[in-house]
Amino acid sequence: MRQIYLDYAATTYIDPIVLNKMLPYLKENFGNPSSLYSIGRQAKTGIEYARVSIAKILGASSQEIIFTGSGTESDNLAIFGVAKFYQNKGKHIIVSKIEHKAVLEAAKKLEKEGFEIIYLDVDSKGLVNLSELKKSLRPDTILVSVMYANNEIGTIQPIAKISEIIREFKKENLLPLFHTDACQAAGALTLNVKKLGVDLLTINGSKIYGPKGVGCLYKAKDIKLDPIIVGGGQENNLRAGTENVALIVGFGEALKLAEKLRLRESRRLKKLRDYLIKRILKIVSHSQLNGHPEKRLPNNINISIASIEGEALVLMLDKYGISASTGSACTSNSLDPSHVLLATGLAPELAHGSLRLTLGRKTTKMDIDYVLKILPEIIYKLREISSMSLNYKK
Amino acid sequence: MKYKKVKKLKGDVIYSGDKYKEKSWVYSGIVKDHFFHPRNVLLDDTYYKADGIGVAGSPACGDMMIVWIKVDKKNQKIKECKWRTFGCASAIASTSMMSVMVTENGGMDIKKAMNLKPQQILERLGGLPDRKFHCSVLGDIALREAVKDYLSKKSEKNIKNAKRKKTIKK
Repeated sequence: MRQIYLDYAATTYIDPIVLNKMLPYLKENFGNPSSLYSIGRQAKTGIEYARVSIAKILGASSQEIIFTGSGTESDNLAIFGVAKFYQNKGKHIIVSKIEHKAVLEAAKKLEKEGFEIIYLDVDSKGLVNLSELKKSLRPDTILVSVMYANNEIGTIQPIAKISEIIREFKKENLLPLFHTDACQAAGALTLNVKKLGVDLLTINGSKIYGPKGVGCLYKAKDIKLDPIIVGGGQENNLRAGTENVALIVGFGEALKLAEKLRLRESRRLKKLRDYLIKRILKIVSHSQLNGHPEKRLPNNINISIASIEGEALVLMLDKYGISASTGSACTSNSLDPSHVLLATGLAPELAHGSLRLTLGRKTTKMDIDYVLKILPEIIYKLREISSMSLNYKK
Repeated sequence: MKYKKVKKLKGDVIYSGDKYKEKSWVYSGIVKDHFFHPRNVLLDDTYYKADGIGVAGSPACGDMMIVWIKVDKKNQKIKECKWRTFGCASAIASTSMMSVMVTENGGMDIKKAMNLKPQQILERLGGLPDRKFHCSVLGDIALREAVKDYLSKKSEKNIKNAKRKKTIKK
């Protein structure tokens, strides 16, 4: 049976070129990068090479890159690190309502510890309310965290504008700092921290055809953080633990490759994306697009289909070899559907009936046409047994 | 090749090696079968004359079921149970299984149907993950509502008949 992977926003496969660069560090170059002898130094070189290549893409210096164990860890390090270090200057933090759980849950934890958190509203397309941000900034605000591009609905936030608002507010002061989670943006949008005007930026390996279990945090030079993990003082005393050399090397290679392919691949995916969206909305009655029609990631499609539940839809698609995902409660551990879709004001039943398809390097027009053939059949089948479709039969 | 049972967790068997691949679907084989081949779905309700209708759940919660039943007037057993469900795979499968359980072996007595427990449906499905338990609770609620609906219609009819008899007598 045909296997069509359309969940590239969940994770990607490792590009063979990347894997090849990683393999020596899993075999002969096994040394501890902190050791002084030759295989230790080789490992160290591998890490530093990756650091320099990532820094170059971010328009930063290599001392500003901290390797971590995941995007989640980088987000956590940014939020907890800033909160703990600067809590004497203020205990006020601003995040958007549609952040990844790695940011939201970290913020909620701080809230319990006595920090005051403002959750910024978004409009129906998922864009952060900038005037609300302006009003929310206070002298005791230490951190603002708004994600670059959303993982569920693909909406791209005006990061440069947000950093401008913050800069106008703080003038010559250091605080508030601005962090952005750019895990989904990597490989699709520019990551230049100077252009974006951010102080902290998170990316990881598993969304850019690199390995899982590795990420990094960009931290501007003059900013201090309180580490979460302490020990042997690796990563400039900010993230202790022997570095996972192979993963870091793979991460560096993956980002280099993603940046090289970025413009060409984005153009190609955008065409496929728009074709798929247009066709689905035309073929499937009572369906709607979630997120922004233009300011969205080139590979992201998120639609809501009335009177169908997303988990059932995803399992049916899986039967036909199509891998997709949903914002329905049934795939999460809670009973509530996606917090992102609800924040955009979508009715809960439509959030339960959401389907996310994310395209990637191996997606072809033929794959899209296959989906366009299978999807309406499945929707018809599920609507036939759905109690909600009695109102508008077929 | 013999497979080794590794660990037992609440009716869920985790196997090592190749067996894991066969076992890797999210739910049991019975759930899978009822999800892909649901039994007793009412495809068109336009001309369907049910003796009782029951609804449970709400779209906002992500699960909603409608159950239609036909009752044999002589022995008070359910002779037909039709349904439609908006919900996830386990909600669909548990309503389907419920409809099979109340109609098999000549039909279930309505008193027994009123007392059908979600655990009984769960057992027949070969278990569900813990967080999916609420999906199987709704099927029996909808069934109970349908039986109640049937009973209230019946008593209404009896009252009407009694009234008619009275007027004839007068």
